[in-house]
Amino acid sequence: MSKSNRPLSPHLQVYKPQLTSMLSITHRMTGLFLSLGMVVFTYWLYQLATAPAAANGTIQFFQSTLGTVVLFAWVFAFAYHLCNGIRHLFWDAGKGYSIPAVYRSGYLVVISALVITAVIFFLSR
Amino acid sequence: MAEFRLPKNSRIKKGQHFAASGGGNTTTFKVYRWSPDDGENPRTDTYEVDLDQCGPMVLDALIKIKDEMDATLTFRRSCREGICGSCAMNINGTNTLACTTSIKQFKGKQISVYPLPHMEVIKDLVPDLTHFYAQYASIKPWMQTDSVPLPDKERLQSIEDREKLDGLYECILCACCQTSCPSYWWNGDRYLGPAVLLQSYRWLVDSRDEYTGERLEDLEDPFKVYRCHTIMNCANTCPKGLNPGKAIGEIKKMIAQRHAL
Repeated sequence: MSKSNRPLSPHLQVYKPQLTSMLSITHRMTGLFLSLGMVVFTYWLYQLATAPAAANGTIQFFQSTLGTVVLFAWVFAFAYHLCNGIRHLFWDAGKGYSIPAVYRSGYLVVISALVITAVIFFLSR
Repeated sequence: MAEFRLPKNSRIKKGQHFAASGGGNTTTFKVYRWSPDDGENPRTDTYEVDLDQCGPMVLDALIKIKDEMDATLTFRRSCREGICGSCAMNINGTNTLACTTSIKQFKGKQISVYPLPHMEVIKDLVPDLTHFYAQYASIKPWMQTDSVPLPDKERLQSIEDREKLDGLYECILCACCQTSCPSYWWNGDRYLGPAVLLQSYRWLVDSRDEYTGERLEDLEDPFKVYRCHTIMNCANTCPKGLNPGKAIGEIKKMIAQRHAL
């Protein structure tokens, strides 16, 4: 029997989403989002120095509805990545590995990220 | 590279339905099936099992299905008390031992049974564990020493040093954690995975082992340890309540400390 015709058992298709894996993939996605955001941010700084009128267009975009949604996602991505990054630092120091601790710190990260986003977004307006 | 979709030959089709013969207290089991003999894709068959005539665990139901409904159903099992690790499988979305998973906890809802995730399937619920065992052998899971003990003495260990092995020696190598780890799914060819690394740590902290340095050196590689991103699916799913994620964190610390010296 050829070994190669053996199927691969289902993985993402059947594995139950849970806090552990979901927060991990969110950390990755926010990291990717922030990296791409750096391109936009750098471009905007460049515009600011060379063509302030064009930079104004970017400001106007972030005041539009679509721009506000993007900005909200951006701020949340930043807050989440920061909080979860701190969580990773604790792990690197060998702390917080028990499953109850993982869940506590997980919920704490989500709540903190939401609170930071809310503070930046609503209270600073 | 991470391949998120199943290959063409692995996509699951709808299978047959087997109705219960007896009473009203039934639960439906949806079970992954694949046979190497017919050239077909995998499928899921459903079996209605009369719980009044069945033992309490998921393994009891699988044995009942094999005995009374469909003798072709294939799965590994041996001890039926959570110590051999043979009946590790994916039950309702998480990896666990069928013999220690009660049917009742799912409250009569359909119970889905799949083989351990992202593994080559030999038949039905039987995955190929060859690579996993080879990885286990690669960490040299035995005591390595240079010193020669006196012929009438054993290698003694203090109570404190012995306690460091608690939470490690209990591992039964069922591969539940190993195959719950997305990082192992995408990089299993080179990443050792949670079960093997927990075993590795078990020898690293053993006060009687004299090859700690060599062991750490052997682990220092971009893939063997460092594909662990502390996702923690491993500790979440371990049927023995162990914590491979913590063991891997300790290995990372040992490697870092070794360099700081």
